[in-house]
Amino acid sequence: MFESINWSYILILPVIMGALGGALVLVWWERRALGFFQDRLGPNRVGWFGILQSVADAIKLITKDDWVPPFGDRVLFVLSPIFVAGAMLMAFVVLPLGPGLIIADSNIAILWVLAMSSLAVYGVLLAGLASNNKYSLLGGLRSAAQMVTYEVFIGLSLLGVVILTGSFSLKDVVDAQKDLWFCVPQCVGLVIFVIAGLAESHRLPFDLPEAEHELTAGFHTEYSGMKFALIMAAEYLSLILISALIVILFFGGWHGFGFLPGVVWFGLKFLLVINFFILLRAAIPRPRYDQLMSLGWKILLPLSLLNLLITGALVLWMQ
Amino acid sequence: MFSQLRTLWTVFIHLFQRNETVKYPEEMPYQAPRYRGRIILTRDPDGEERCVACNLCAVACPVDCIALQKTEKEEDGRWYPEFFRINFSRCIMCGMCEEACPTYAIQLTPDFELCEYDRNNMVYEKKHLLIDGTGKYPDYSFWQVAGKTIEGKEKGQAKNELPPVDVKSLLP
Repeated sequence: MFESINWSYILILPVIMGALGGALVLVWWERRALGFFQDRLGPNRVGWFGILQSVADAIKLITKDDWVPPFGDRVLFVLSPIFVAGAMLMAFVVLPLGPGLIIADSNIAILWVLAMSSLAVYGVLLAGLASNNKYSLLGGLRSAAQMVTYEVFIGLSLLGVVILTGSFSLKDVVDAQKDLWFCVPQCVGLVIFVIAGLAESHRLPFDLPEAEHELTAGFHTEYSGMKFALIMAAEYLSLILISALIVILFFGGWHGFGFLPGVVWFGLKFLLVINFFILLRAAIPRPRYDQLMSLGWKILLPLSLLNLLITGALVLWMQ
Repeated sequence: MFSQLRTLWTVFIHLFQRNETVKYPEEMPYQAPRYRGRIILTRDPDGEERCVACNLCAVACPVDCIALQKTEKEEDGRWYPEFFRINFSRCIMCGMCEEACPTYAIQLTPDFELCEYDRNNMVYEKKHLLIDGTGKYPDYSFWQVAGKTIEGKEKGQAKNELPPVDVKSLLP
């Protein structure tokens, strides 16, 4: 009887709790790190060094009025935050966190992750549409156009990795990096993936769907209380997802230099990438919308196609 | 592209620089002596009230937070405010009253910690405002340089004041 049970499903709960808890801690750590980058301290009052700041925020958000705009589409308005966060959590299923630490070793894992992060765009778009508000609609429109643009070559930039591995499975990708991490042969792909990942998770240099200086809060202008918290959690989940993907696809996943277990190496690299994203947020100003579009279509798309072409040609030539 | 990388590096370096933050309730930030905070009423060097209830501060106040009423001391002829009331929930600490005051009576201090649970407690009466000292101007005594007669000082007896001209005399 027990042979038929896939024991890796036990990991579902820790992974979900870890991802959500990580998002909570990340909210605090990002504010703290931004503070350090800007020569101030950041939230340091609640708990030890302010680590319970997210709990305080959550208590505040729970006690807030959970308002649904009467002029919008009420059903879609309630559903879309669940949709965004749900799609983001689904993508965590296929991430290999360490040797053997994977919920589902799918043979289409890369496609699954990309599909789930694209599904989350529907949530954002519907949130903007259902609010029936100028700013929200503009934010939704922007996110749709931005996602369509960057969706194209977030896949293309990964195809180099897929060619070198010969498989869509993330476990195989990590195994193939035993000797040489893919950040060396696929450095162009790495740069493109980082930029596209930023745009995909609408992090700060590319947060045009929710640019607060132009669109108040973009697609989630009308959201309040826990629905807003869910959207924010989804944003941070997507940041965690993109960082984990970068580690897995380009920095050798759990492979390290021996003396530590694989999960610890994965965690260390993951923290480095997360902090790099926070540094990007602190340092780089937001581009104009047409700059974002022309960067995507005119530079990054040809570059990723070229990268794909050269990688494919080299692999064929080496055989 | 290079400028973006340089920006990244510059911001990263700031990670290792000293924080500007002053942890306020635990450590007090430096207060300049001329910081404009809580308002006080000061006294002369001889210990009498400086305020002569001229109402200039109330006129100068842009938010009308000062209210006072003039009265006179029967025994020596000095003017003083019967009541002097500042509503600190309105006060914007602009210092106009201090500039308008001809007697250096009203002064602003570096104390900014004005917190009350009940808003009515933000209204300070004269007994809250009046201090025992002279504030920023220890030697200034308005009644000793003013031309007005009070008990113990006739016309012409103030500092830097000539004797009054006898308008009925023809002598130069």
